[in-house]
Amino acid sequence: MSNLELRGEGLHLWRGDRHVLRGVSLELRGGEILQLTGSNGAGKTTLLRVLCGLVHPEDGHVFWRGENVRKDLHAYHGQLAYVGHEPPLKADLTPRENLRYWVGVRRPLNAADIDKALDDVGADEWRNRAVRTLSAGQRRRVALAGLALLAVPLWLLDEPTTNLDTAGQELVNRMLEAHVARGGLAVAAVHHELGVTGVTVRPLVLVA
Amino acid sequence: MKPAAALVPGPPATPSLEAARLVLARDLRLAFRRPGEIVQPLLFFAIVATLFPLAITPEKSQLRMVAPGVVWVAALLASLLALEFLYRDDAHDGALEQYALSGQSLTWLLFAKTAAHWLLTGAPLAIMGPLAALALGAPIASIPGVLASVALGSIALSLIGSIGASLTLGVRRSGVLLSVLTLPLAIPVLIFGARATQLAIEGTDYTAALQLLGAMAVLGVTLAPLAAAAAVRISLE
Amino acid sequence: MAWTWFHRLGSPPYIYKFAAKLTPWFGWAAAVLIAGGLIGGLLISPADYQQGEGYRILYVHAPTAWMSMQVYMVMAIASAVGLIWRIKVAHAVAASCGSMGATFTACALATGSLWGAPMWGTFWEWDPRIIFELVLLFQFLGYVGLRAAIDDTQRADRISAVLAIVGVINIPIIHYSVEWWNSLHQTASVMKLGKPSMPLNMLIPLLMMFFGYSVLFVALLLVRVRAELLSRERSASWIRDVVRA
Repeated sequence: MSNLELRGEGLHLWRGDRHVLRGVSLELRGGEILQLTGSNGAGKTTLLRVLCGLVHPEDGHVFWRGENVRKDLHAYHGQLAYVGHEPPLKADLTPRENLRYWVGVRRPLNAADIDKALDDVGADEWRNRAVRTLSAGQRRRVALAGLALLAVPLWLLDEPTTNLDTAGQELVNRMLEAHVARGGLAVAAVHHELGVTGVTVRPLVLVA
Repeated sequence: MKPAAALVPGPPATPSLEAARLVLARDLRLAFRRPGEIVQPLLFFAIVATLFPLAITPEKSQLRMVAPGVVWVAALLASLLALEFLYRDDAHDGALEQYALSGQSLTWLLFAKTAAHWLLTGAPLAIMGPLAALALGAPIASIPGVLASVALGSIALSLIGSIGASLTLGVRRSGVLLSVLTLPLAIPVLIFGARATQLAIEGTDYTAALQLLGAMAVLGVTLAPLAAAAAVRISLE
Repeated sequence: MAWTWFHRLGSPPYIYKFAAKLTPWFGWAAAVLIAGGLIGGLLISPADYQQGEGYRILYVHAPTAWMSMQVYMVMAIASAVGLIWRIKVAHAVAASCGSMGATFTACALATGSLWGAPMWGTFWEWDPRIIFELVLLFQFLGYVGLRAAIDDTQRADRISAVLAIVGVINIPIIHYSVEWWNSLHQTASVMKLGKPSMPLNMLIPLLMMFFGYSVLFVALLLVRVRAELLSRERSASWIRDVVRA
């Protein structure tokens, strides 16, 4: 547990002619949050996807707990959760069904677990309506419930507070604080400073 | 929130068989929320099969000769239409990405998706095939043979089609390109399948052709999900 | 030692210069071989005892059919190398093969038709070899179409590489299934041409044409790969050095 560490060394990536990531290096230990900022198009999402192992950098490596993630990508994926701009929810399923399938493919779940997670994000009667009928803020809350249920040490979040009201943003901050208090790590791409307290936050600014 | 013990890093706790079952169940559930999408390819099959007597002749004795070909070409075209929705929604809403990040074998999960897709489109086609053949003059005794050949063939077609569908992820208006890429790969299935159906209609022994068709299906099961997973990973890059 | 050679082969500026040096050699060799083959085939070799003078289109037709297969194999191998080891030059080679392969295949079909029409009164037959060539043409055109449909070059490279590899697996399957289908319907293959005992003065020009076409393909490939590299690497620094030189 104590060797939880994410490291990126000299990451370079081109998209066509654009040199998007120019030798990005980072280091993150258990109990810390990496706050990723930068203007639009600076490469925040790209960096997150490189850290996930979805995108292969032209140069540089990503290390998780000292091992190159490319050695065993499946094992690495089992220890991370990536939530992108849009919450990965099926529009025609209810939040409960969405969680059952999204998280269930990775961790065995029962109905009680799902209901508790939805309670914790403030879902009331809307937990049984198709996601299609929910507001953007409600969808993001469902995604946060899934994040909690996945119970993984590494969180990679792309703008986790988008579409959330003040209460929702507080929820994200509380969840992050609890996560790192348990020894977890989080990389969050954000436009504004995270409002977390009592937590080590390492800033990383990407320049376009 | 969750107790500390749950944060222990390790391999996914869901066994792969259960994960595949969930993927399959999810796709079936989603399909039944929008039944129109599943029914349309079947309707297309029925309409195309109807066009041939209108274009050629209503004489059943003559139609019997072209029945295998008509059934197979109509089934092939209907399958191509149905393939468009195999990955489309999951690619759009990030579900495919989550499968790639789940720690489970993407090949295995895509196989489960293709199996669900076959249950929704291929299996009904396999049932409609003998009906169309009967309408085109095939004898009743030929039903088992026609059913077996169209069923095996539709399995092979679903798998081969999943390759084309994965290659055209994210291509705008990919329908025609998907067909152009899939058809050369589907020709052997068409050859063996139509032959098996023809022999069944004629009443002669069709086991050899059926076995070759089965071999194509097995080849599809082993290779197609691998190719599809490779293409999906590339499109997620 | 072998690895340095392998990695130099993968370096665009190196290949750009190396290809430029090789092209004239291959170009002239192709010209000599094809000229020799044409003279031998059209003028020197005797008329076929069955088909008279008209068979001579064989010297142009057979090599194109052979080339269509060869080009697909080169395309598939280059695709695999590019996909597995992520080598950009390999993808440039595969891209160059796509349209050249389609052209060779189309020529094979066209020259076959030109041969068939006066010789057997038919410009098209559903013969296993013709069908095979036609399916190969569809596969080439599908490959080119897929590349064209994807905007991002790197993604187009990798996705079409998967298609090329899947397509190469399909080739023996198509060959076998079409032969099987043909044997059921027992059409006499009309394309016989005194096969095993072809006299030397027919065989040598034919072989010269085969080699000439292969060498021509390499020469054209070298030119196209250089053009591909220029287009793909247009923002790289080595391009500016080349332009300034």
